Amino acid sequence: MNLPTVPEPSPRNNASHPLGDDGVVIQLQNVTVRYRVPRERFRTFKEFAIRRVQGRVQFEDLLALDNVSLVVRRGEVMGLVGANGAGKTTLLRLVARVMRPTLGRVVVIGRVAPLLAMGAGFHPELTGRENVYLNGTLLGYTRQQIEGCFDEIVDFAELRNFIDAPLRTYSSGMMARLGFAVATAVMPEILIVDEVLSVGDIAFQEKSAARIREFREAGATILLVSHGMDTIRKMCSRAAWLLHGEVMEVGEAEGVVEQFEKFMEVD
Amino acid sequence: MIKETPLTNTARTQVYDSARQGFAPLVEFKEIWRYRDLIFFLVRRDVTARYKRSVLGVAWTMLNPLGMMIILSVVFSQVFRMEMEGYPAYVLSALITWTFFSQASSSAINALVWGGDLLQRIYIPRSAFAVSAIGTGLVNLLFSLVPLLAVTIAIGIPLHPTLLLVPAAIIPIVMFSLGVGLLISTIGIYFVDVVEMYQVLLAAWFYLTPIIYPLEILPESVQGWLWLNPMVHLVELFRNLVFYGVLPPLQEWLVSFAIAGGTLLIGWLIFTGKSDEFAYRT
Repeated sequence: MNLPTVPEPSPRNNASHPLGDDGVVIQLQNVTVRYRVPRERFRTFKEFAIRRVQGRVQFEDLLALDNVSLVVRRGEVMGLVGANGAGKTTLLRLVARVMRPTLGRVVVIGRVAPLLAMGAGFHPELTGRENVYLNGTLLGYTRQQIEGCFDEIVDFAELRNFIDAPLRTYSSGMMARLGFAVATAVMPEILIVDEVLSVGDIAFQEKSAARIREFREAGATILLVSHGMDTIRKMCSRAAWLLHGEVMEVGEAEGVVEQFEKFMEVD
Repeated sequence: MIKETPLTNTARTQVYDSARQGFAPLVEFKEIWRYRDLIFFLVRRDVTARYKRSVLGVAWTMLNPLGMMIILSVVFSQVFRMEMEGYPAYVLSALITWTFFSQASSSAINALVWGGDLLQRIYIPRSAFAVSAIGTGLVNLLFSLVPLLAVTIAIGIPLHPTLLLVPAAIIPIVMFSLGVGLLISTIGIYFVDVVEMYQVLLAAWFYLTPIIYPLEILPESVQGWLWLNPMVHLVELFRNLVFYGVLPPLQEWLVSFAIAGGTLLIGWLIFTGKSDEFAYRT
């Protein structure tokens, strides 16, 4: 497969572009994400307006990510570990362009396929075929692209006989298969995987794992979040450990997982 | 901001740099164009899925305004004894423009304020839902032109040549609806109450617009105030073309387009300026 490489730096951008020719595809520079939540819930606009004018609204800052810097190079499989609420999902959202950092800078080179959004926008009343197009365009494909790989999607999902039936007649496994097939129909440069290696039955799980392996061998970069430490050890070349929005450790997967496990036991 | 860089092997690589945002209103516009296929499929979903399990299917988009018209005609001619020639067509011509406005703006707001789950899982241009809601409304509006014409013919009102200008009168209504939808949903990010308030506002707004009654029955002093309601201009523009067969004066066209264009511009600027907040509010 012919993979796109890092764009040649144009002379104009040379000075300011943070990424050189060192194969960096994801870079987070001192990234902070701060959710600003009112300390108390205001049930009505009126209540809020009155308190606001009186200057009595207090906001609480919730730091989802606190001055995080991270670099991922092309072809790496980077694992993210950490307890719930450590900021893993927020980090994935930044890379997937779903949100912008409050502070700092995020640079991503290449098309991102977020497997967090498998089956996004699926509508039960529409047929499998209609859902493929809807879901595909939500993921940023054009209509032409979907037409081009439609048969491949259907075959991969093993839904040839059901593709014109309404989605509400599908089992959850069938829906998951269709979602995975659409999300991975066009090889992305960066794949975001959030604990979804268990899609469908065992046979399909192996098939989807094989496809992700295939992408990795073809040079795709993978960002993987999992609570299964064995998965991280097996799949990842490097890993990062997040704790309360801060990066505790980045490095070779084995070592990071070991430290994280030790910490969790102590805790 | 996504920038596409041509490469030697003809593939194009997207570069996303959060520090290089560009001018948000313009970027959003380009992104909507890039995602035009998505808009198409969202509209198709909304038009087809709604009626998929009903026997009459899409015919409901035509039967709905027709039913409303019959009820209003009976109520106003039999109960209130309102005498007016061609009243059913009079009501219907304004009713379908009002229905477009209220439905399209409400569903744009609902999609943005309640449909946020999707906006937190994947990147799509934030205004895509609002634009597609308007698109769906537009399809329904075109469908409802059929019963309008049928009723017009049935009660013996001639089909005026000014009907050909109807598309031009629809444009300001579309722009105004999108503008209002974007404005209200931006406020809705901060105060969900506004969404409920809007529904109440719409009910009042309906009666402050000469849809079921002619503007002339009001005292003149009140009429002057009513022209401050943008919908009066937009509804009258449409009704002049369809019902009266009168070409509205240039001044009315200019006022309508100025109101609609101004609302859309303000809505677009405010929405795109605040749209990053959508991912931050859960």
